[in-house]
Amino acid sequence: MIQQVEDPAVEVHDLTVTYHKKPVLWDIDLTLPKGAIIGIIGPNGAGKSTLIKAIMNLIPHGSGYVKIFNRDIDEVRDKVSYVPQKESVDWDFPASVMDVVLMGRYAKLGLFKRPRKADKEVALDCLKKVGMDAYKSRQIAQLSGGQQQRVFLARALAQEADIYFMDEPFAGVDAATETAIIELLREMSEKGKTVVVIHHDIQSAMEYFNWIVLLNMRLVASGPTAQTLIPSLLEETYGGKLTLLAEVGNLMQKTEFTGRDKR
Amino acid sequence: MEQFWEFLSFSEPNIRYVTFGSILLCGSAAVVGSFIFLKKKALVGDAVAHAVLPGVCLGFLLAGNKNPVLLVTGAFVTGWLSLVAIDYISAKSKIKEDTAIGLILSVFFGIGILLLTYIQHSGNAAQSGLDHFLFGKAAAMVSSDLNVFSGIAFMLIIAVVLFFKEFTLISFDIDFAKTIGFPVRRLELVLTTLTVLAIVAGIQAIGVVLMAAILITPAAAARFWTDNLKKMVFLSAAFGGVSGFAGAFISYAAPAMPTGPWIVMVISVIALFSFFFAPQKGIVMKLISRKKMENQIREENILKLLFQLGQKDGNYFQQRSVNEILAKRPFKPKQLISGLARLKKQGFLENGDGRWKFTRAGQKKGARMVKLHRLWEVYLTRYLRIASDHVHEDAETIEHIITPDLEAKLEKLLEYPVKDPHQSDIPYL
Ligand SMILES: Nc1ncnc2c1ncn2[C@@H]1O[C@H](COP(=O)(O)OP(=O)(O)OP(=O)(O)O)[C@@H](O)[C@H]1O
Ligand SMILES: [Mg+2]
Repeated sequence: MIQQVEDPAVEVHDLTVTYHKKPVLWDIDLTLPKGAIIGIIGPNGAGKSTLIKAIMNLIPHGSGYVKIFNRDIDEVRDKVSYVPQKESVDWDFPASVMDVVLMGRYAKLGLFKRPRKADKEVALDCLKKVGMDAYKSRQIAQLSGGQQQRVFLARALAQEADIYFMDEPFAGVDAATETAIIELLREMSEKGKTVVVIHHDIQSAMEYFNWIVLLNMRLVASGPTAQTLIPSLLEETYGGKLTLLAEVGNLMQKTEFTGRDKR
Repeated sequence: MEQFWEFLSFSEPNIRYVTFGSILLCGSAAVVGSFIFLKKKALVGDAVAHAVLPGVCLGFLLAGNKNPVLLVTGAFVTGWLSLVAIDYISAKSKIKEDTAIGLILSVFFGIGILLLTYIQHSGNAAQSGLDHFLFGKAAAMVSSDLNVFSGIAFMLIIAVVLFFKEFTLISFDIDFAKTIGFPVRRLELVLTTLTVLAIVAGIQAIGVVLMAAILITPAAAARFWTDNLKKMVFLSAAFGGVSGFAGAFISYAAPAMPTGPWIVMVISVIALFSFFFAPQKGIVMKLISRKKMENQIREENILKLLFQLGQKDGNYFQQRSVNEILAKRPFKPKQLISGLARLKKQGFLENGDGRWKFTRAGQKKGARMVKLHRLWEVYLTRYLRIASDHVHEDAETIEHIITPDLEAKLEKLLEYPVKDPHQSDIPYL
């Protein structure tokens, strides 16, 4: 069940990604609708984070290409926001909550310019939206995991982008915060923004997302939630039928097989 | 001492040059080093520092004398080459980065020593003093060297000021920097170039062997004092400057001594001091504030106890002996006595012939402690549904940290209760 859409927000065309010659994503080909809240779902190591990083062009593509709003990502960087897994940075860095959220304004500021008063107000506003305004001067090392996640979210909001990619924004947040965040995402999608979220809980995925991408090294499904979150497709995503694919991948790494690498 | 004043008077112009130069070199290295420290690239800095030695020697061989421009160029080239080699090895082979760093450091430094030995035995008279590049000799800098090195140092500081926001971002979250379209590769290139330049400029004063210390240690020390990046970079520059100053003085006072080790000694002492004595993060300061808290708790417990005894006997200002207090609550006698003495000094207690009694202020404070304890017990039973026989332990700790602000809120929330869960009176003043 792979449904393509007209005039997509994201188009991933025949994308293959390899780490050290070992493919972790095989021929991903999908389109995502504008204004939707999209969930990417799959087991650990399925390549969900890798897919988002490849879309953001943070890791090289083996083959294939990605278009966002029908343009190359480098042409629309100011419309795209990325929320990494919170473990990806060192929270012992000497910075305050406000400092981090202000980073969301850097794309608009450009090089060499200092944040202006207006930027600080936008940042404070975004902190309010995630309920963290009381913590604006707090040293980031003194935040709990869920609070760190919310700071990252505020930073993304401060970017005022049109499409958001979030790597597990619900990891380690409590139920009340999760509800608040999903409410926020819904508001954004009502304003026409596209939100792509990596998510682990199938139960809540049903109600959170209106589009689902099922992933396990290759694309299993991409389509409206009702047609994709069904037992047979979930079985295919989480079941152990892919040992063959993994074995071939290992083989490719061992034999220095270079057919897929572009460079 | 006299020597020190003579040094400080800067009567010799050369002293002025050398001192000013050393401060600038060490300060600017510390500024650039702050970002290397934050990016956790200390080892790379060390490798580059060692790898500039062959470049210095090659520069000398080319020029036939110690022409500062050629020496610096040579150093810059091999410093860069080592960085490229480290990146290449860790990207293209199974060798991990730390191994690659160790490898490159020893290979480049080895070649440097070989070349240096060759030059020393070549009979070229101009070579004397080239070995100062190993451990540094600030006083050996002549004004032409200083012009070149200070120029570099100034440029470093200006570049960091200019790129402050960008360097901060790539140190904290490089992926995010990429996704907002910042030219991350070029920014890293700039930062790396600044690093190599800082090392190249510093080697004459500090020497290649110890250069990494002046790059990293000031930032590591400054991190203990502040959580604000700007302040950290400033402090780090100041620490670097102080050690540079010390190095220049040593160079003047003991001409046979290499400067590098002394500069590193001074910065290490600063780092050690920070490690122990920085407020909040320093180990000793942590111990002291814990001790203070313990004392405060003990003092408040004594006042509370005296108040409870007074409440029982209906006389708050009765004199009581140490044994009487100990009978009620098992303090350690020594700690009790020192606590009583401190309370007397603070004006909460008076004593006469070995017996103790409240002052007005002491009675008031004792009442407040008892009130806080009992209010908290009420709060726990009412709002947390904890059984009344389980609330005492908790209240024993909480009573010491409740602020007057919280106290007012608590009173209001509970509507000024008159009895605690054990039916004892709650004293209001
Ligand atoms: N930097 C890397 N180098 C080598 N292999 C990697 C690297 N990052 C990820 N991989 C491998 O690529 C595969 C996909 O990883 P990815 O992080 O995309 O999974 P994921 O779906 O996000 O998993 P999770 O749910 O655990 O976050 C895994 O097998 C992982 O081991
Ligand atoms: Mg992941």
